[in-house]
Amino acid sequence: MIWQLDLAILTLVVITGIGALMVKDLLGAAILFGAYSFMMCLLWSIMGAVDVAFTEASVGAGVSAVFFVAAVFRTTRRTKD
Amino acid sequence: MKIIGLIISVLTGAMLVYAAADFPAWSDPSSPASTYLSPHFIEKTMEETSVPNIVTAVLADYRSFDTMFETAVIFSAGLVCFFLLRTTRRKESETETTHYRHTLTGVTIQIKEGHTLPPSDEFERIDSLWTPSGLIIKTSCRLLVPFIQLFGLYVIAHGHYSPGGGFQGGVILGASIIMLAISYDLRTIIERISEKMVAVLCAVGVLIFSGTGALCLLLGVNFLDYNALAPILLVDPLTARSHAILIVEIGVGVAVMTTMIWLYCNLSSAGKYNQGL
Amino acid sequence: MTDLVSTIIAKYNYWIYITLMMIGLYAMIAKNNLIKKIVGMSMFQTAIILFYVSIGVKKGATIPILEYSHGHGHDTQLVVHAADYVNPLPHVLMLTAIVVGVATLGVALALSIRIYDRYNTLEEDEILTQIREEK
Repeated sequence: MIWQLDLAILTLVVITGIGALMVKDLLGAAILFGAYSFMMCLLWSIMGAVDVAFTEASVGAGVSAVFFVAAVFRTTRRTKD
Repeated sequence: MKIIGLIISVLTGAMLVYAAADFPAWSDPSSPASTYLSPHFIEKTMEETSVPNIVTAVLADYRSFDTMFETAVIFSAGLVCFFLLRTTRRKESETETTHYRHTLTGVTIQIKEGHTLPPSDEFERIDSLWTPSGLIIKTSCRLLVPFIQLFGLYVIAHGHYSPGGGFQGGVILGASIIMLAISYDLRTIIERISEKMVAVLCAVGVLIFSGTGALCLLLGVNFLDYNALAPILLVDPLTARSHAILIVEIGVGVAVMTTMIWLYCNLSSAGKYNQGL
Repeated sequence: MTDLVSTIIAKYNYWIYITLMMIGLYAMIAKNNLIKKIVGMSMFQTAIILFYVSIGVKKGATIPILEYSHGHGHDTQLVVHAADYVNPLPHVLMLTAIVVGVATLGVALALSIRIYDRYNTLEEDEILTQIREEK
């Protein structure tokens, strides 16, 4: 495991996570959450947990982002915080 | 509320930092988690199950009772979503209007309930809230779907030797159908795979898993002890374990695939199943 | 002092996981929008999964897939050293947790769609005001 790579991806995880919570648009939050999941998947693959990374890439970055978009489509994009 | 939340999360963080100070060093090969139980699984998996991917072996063989109920949890999540959202009756005030587009001129007409469309083949039904994508996106998604499904099947079947297995393959298969629904519209996939079939297949997936266990029970050994399946699968007991893992993974894959489609259909149409994302 | 600094540097992963958990917990408590709360819940969940997976990491070890030789293993006795492979047990536990996580996410989103149908908003304070007015 290369610690420089690890640290860079961990920083990106924290940034996308905070971004998903700060952005004032729910569709943007859904997309940033997908990016967060994908960064998490990269982190797991450099830790050697290939099965977990594969699951997260298909489930977290793929399907759950689509679920968020579907829910936002059926409700509203408006948010106060 | 923001201040209370901040105080609670900072307190939790402080407690976790205090606890983390006692942890073994990062990536220590002699940490308690890596020396107590896991060497047995790493060293004996090949002898006991003949499956090189240890994660698959532990998931579907050593801990299969756990995985069976995880599958049941996924099935019940699909069921809960169905019961929460699905509406079959409409309110009295709402009359259903459907939108049609004349394919030659591009004129959109709106048909109120009780009226019928002029008898012509040149009208296609469209969604009122959502315009489906153009021809290029539709065609390329349609061409991609079989390859994605083939990859999903490969991931399920090759889970013994490479990363993958029922969960991942099932999600990929479900995602291929969801992609078709996004690029066309929701009615296209409901025509191909109906709601009843989705529900039945979801239950069948759980049934395959628990049925394999019950079959072992009928043959006189413990629940999910795959060795006993050797006479049925016509192989020696060791290979029977490997084959039974494949059967179980197929059950998981079917259940996960249909649950994803079910959840998507209910969420994107808010339970009405007429139009959606 | 140098001891403290070296401990902090050696365990930098753990501090970042704790930060992620704190962010998720704060979002679950303090955010006003229901979808934002669900995003916070998922972040908390992934931070815990990350922590579990990091327990299994070993220095100098490879992914937990054994070197495969044909003949299904029992005629060629394979010698496997546990120190060469990453600890697979946390992976197994967390793999199922992710998939169950997406199923519960679906249920949470279904609940929020139902709430939107009833109150026409996703903001917590507006929903509470409407509930108080109904009484």
